[in-house]
Amino acid sequence: MRAAALFLAAFCACTQAGEIPLAERRSGYEFMGRETRAMQDDDTTNPALFALLDGETLWNRADGAAGRACAACHGDAAQSMKGVAARYPAIVGAKPLNLEQRINACRVEKQRAAAFAYESKELLALTAYVARQSRGLPIAIEANDTTRPFIDAGRALYERRQGQLNLACSQCHDDNWGRSLAGTPIPQAHPTGYPIYRLEWQAMGSLERRLRNCMIGARAEPYAYGSPEMVELELYLMWRARGMKLETPAVRP
Amino acid sequence: MTSWAFVLLFLAGARADEIPAPLSGAKGDPQRGRAIVANRQVGLCLLCHNGPFPEERFQGDLAPDLRGVGSRLTEGEIRLRLVDPARANPQTIMPAYYKTDGLTRVAPSYRGKPVLSAEQIEDVLAYLVTLK
Repeated sequence: MRAAALFLAAFCACTQAGEIPLAERRSGYEFMGRETRAMQDDDTTNPALFALLDGETLWNRADGAAGRACAACHGDAAQSMKGVAARYPAIVGAKPLNLEQRINACRVEKQRAAAFAYESKELLALTAYVARQSRGLPIAIEANDTTRPFIDAGRALYERRQGQLNLACSQCHDDNWGRSLAGTPIPQAHPTGYPIYRLEWQAMGSLERRLRNCMIGARAEPYAYGSPEMVELELYLMWRARGMKLETPAVRP
Repeated sequence: MTSWAFVLLFLAGARADEIPAPLSGAKGDPQRGRAIVANRQVGLCLLCHNGPFPEERFQGDLAPDLRGVGSRLTEGEIRLRLVDPARANPQTIMPAYYKTDGLTRVAPSYRGKPVLSAEQIEDVLAYLVTLK
């Protein structure tokens, strides 16, 4: 009898949800309350508005030893940056860079200015401004011979249990999305709107900040900002969300 | 575990899905146990479980309701599921509350420490067995 129960438990345990079918994917937006959605939808009440305005200023401001603005090379961001954020992280040289790293590479190499710090007001603003130009466009990360090793590494990290609480990202966001964690619905973890304005932070923040929050919650040692592991995880998540529309700047609870 | 190993354990009088003996000398205190279960920084139980805690507004539903756990499982079975639930179900999402090995990238401040102490496990257990 007990053996039968044990067998049944083992059988049930094997029927894990696994990767979410493409047609069943839902943005975190769909898990939010009406008021938070309305806050995101209206450009004049979206609290990320200030970051976008700051980003536009930075885009047009000459900076660094080269004395050049982003706009001096790239012109009107609405044209030149359209669709760019939908393709990041992208392979530059031999490794993937996220959008923040790409912006900083341009600052260092082209403007000959100091890189902005991760999560600085400036980097979040400029990243949000660039990503805003892709709002409504489908995420366009392809798995090919160049990207696949990094996507696979990101997936391995996503599926690996970590921390004192021994949790893998996939256990919540693939197997239990839609259920309630401490009264809050678990979303599917599609990074469709970064950088986001998160109400819990009362601030803008990057995808890496959000990922680190979850790692710290699992009592794991979070990976450093800009580390290869973080960027691989970002790349996997963006590939996993391929075809979904970018919402930047999204508002999240 | 193979069925043969299971049979051997059964013949040996030890059941694979329970820890019959208390982890600490002192008997658990159900009042302290209830407080641990409800505490979001200590027991963390209500992040995933629901239970008879009318004062707690935000409870989870990833995991079985705690109501009735004292009828569904024996004390020894609950103890095993607190100490290392993967021994009852290898795929479980539930963390092991009294285990420090086999973990990856534990944050420095938690390294080498179980989620709860032996005394706390016995307190929680003393409370859970009352949920009939």
